[in-house]
Amino acid sequence: MTQLPASTDRKMGLVIDLDTCVGCHACVIACKGWNDQGYGAPLSDQDPYGAAPQGTFLNRVHTYEVTPECGGTAQTVHFPKSCLHCEDAPCVTVCPTGASYKRTEDGIVLVNESSCIGCGLCAWACPYGAREMDKAEGVMKKCTLCVDRIYNDNLPEEDRVPACVRTCPAGARHFGDLGDPESAVSQLVAERGGMDLMPELGTKPVNKYLPPRPKDDQIDILAPLLEPVAETPQGFLGWLDRALDRLPGGSA
Amino acid sequence: MHPAPSVIAFTTLSGFGLGLLYWLGLGLPPATGWAAFLYYFLGFGLAVGGLVSSTFHLGHPERAWRALTQWRSSWLSREGCLAVAGLLLMGVFAFGAVFFGALWQPFGLLGAALCLATVWATAMIYTQLKTVPRWHQPGTPALFLALALSGGAIFAAPALAPLLLALAGAVQLWVWHTGDRRFSEAGSTMQTATGLGDSGGMRQMASPHTGSNYLLDEMVYVIGRKHARKLRGLAFLGMVVLPVLGLTISHHPVMLALVAALHLAGVGASRWLFFAQAEHVVGLYYGKR
Repeated sequence: MTQLPASTDRKMGLVIDLDTCVGCHACVIACKGWNDQGYGAPLSDQDPYGAAPQGTFLNRVHTYEVTPECGGTAQTVHFPKSCLHCEDAPCVTVCPTGASYKRTEDGIVLVNESSCIGCGLCAWACPYGAREMDKAEGVMKKCTLCVDRIYNDNLPEEDRVPACVRTCPAGARHFGDLGDPESAVSQLVAERGGMDLMPELGTKPVNKYLPPRPKDDQIDILAPLLEPVAETPQGFLGWLDRALDRLPGGSA
Repeated sequence: MHPAPSVIAFTTLSGFGLGLLYWLGLGLPPATGWAAFLYYFLGFGLAVGGLVSSTFHLGHPERAWRALTQWRSSWLSREGCLAVAGLLLMGVFAFGAVFFGALWQPFGLLGAALCLATVWATAMIYTQLKTVPRWHQPGTPALFLALALSGGAIFAAPALAPLLLALAGAVQLWVWHTGDRRFSEAGSTMQTATGLGDSGGMRQMASPHTGSNYLLDEMVYVIGRKHARKLRGLAFLGMVVLPVLGLTISHHPVMLALVAALHLAGVGASRWLFFAQAEHVVGLYYGKR
């Protein structure tokens, strides 16, 4: 049913730390690896070894250069993006067949692939580019929050988290219940000022992003010792500077 | 947005066909027998042909019947339900007109209302999308309805058609005018999309992937924007100016067919621009529009 639940018992989701992410794309590969062999149709590639390779991915990492308004050092920010499992998920309500749904028990947004007609309207409705059509299967694919891992008693307990979280070598991805204010992820969001993406569209994303910490003004405590001791040249260099100034032709 | 030919053909042809069926349902003209057969053949041919072509862009057309189930929340589903109901009722009305020479008004009136509602639902599929600010405005359903009514009137009520065409032209100009400003008015930027950066400056340094992907192919379609102004001129000429001129000269069936062909070509061009010029907010993540 493509009507959204009024509320969900839990709000399972991800917290992504943009300060910590090193942009290694391991989460992208782990996601593709796990979802090739588990839930639903495998994520197909088109022309993978040819001139114009394309493929279906549920998680992609953008990299931005951000220059602060007040000047200062530009920062490189790696930005992983996957389904945000929105509370007001516009992708669910537009679905004409009931294939897209949001689970009442944990808030995960899923696609029932055997009902999907591949019309693509849900991908149009999503502001975040979280849904991609599998060109081989003709059905819509999206992040399942590794629903086949997180409740899987056959896996060791430490593996019962989404593949992207399990693999992240920097510890930049956190998984938990964002509906519970006492949970570790909620605490992290409160402490670090976790933010929503495109809040103006009213989707109420469950996933939160932790902003990069501002760069220190002072690069190193030893930096002052490395400053040039004299701004004006002395001695031979001073004489050369004055002599060159006197030559016609002006300065550069 | 990617202008899929099947969707352009569907919205253009079925809009015209449903518009024609609307007027026929109102008893305009009150045709019976062979004349009615020709009118309904054209109306149903365009409406049903359009609907069938819309299934060509689906990944799984054989499951299209499932699209009739979610009318409570989905405009696409509502469109399907309204189309089926409208065409069935108009089918009964047409049966009476063609074979019994009788106009069964209740079927006609209700069928006409449902045909027009189908066009409205089609427009709402696009209008509802906040992610495409150009479409997310009241002008979108107004334009779809105005074009369906004026297009259908070319055959059903040629005397009324010039006025309706002029009205549709005015709505089109208004939609183009407001649509061009909608993206910046909606206020989504790379900063709101990522939560990063004040107004200092921000750019994408590295794309997530070396090639293209579904998102870029489908939602960041930029081909044709270069010629948008010229195409708008041609579209307007075809869908409004030439048909109005033609209808003032003559109402001969050959002229009506010529006017309808010009009008459909113009609406097709306008509908192509409707997609090609529409910018999806997901492009912001890629530093594109």
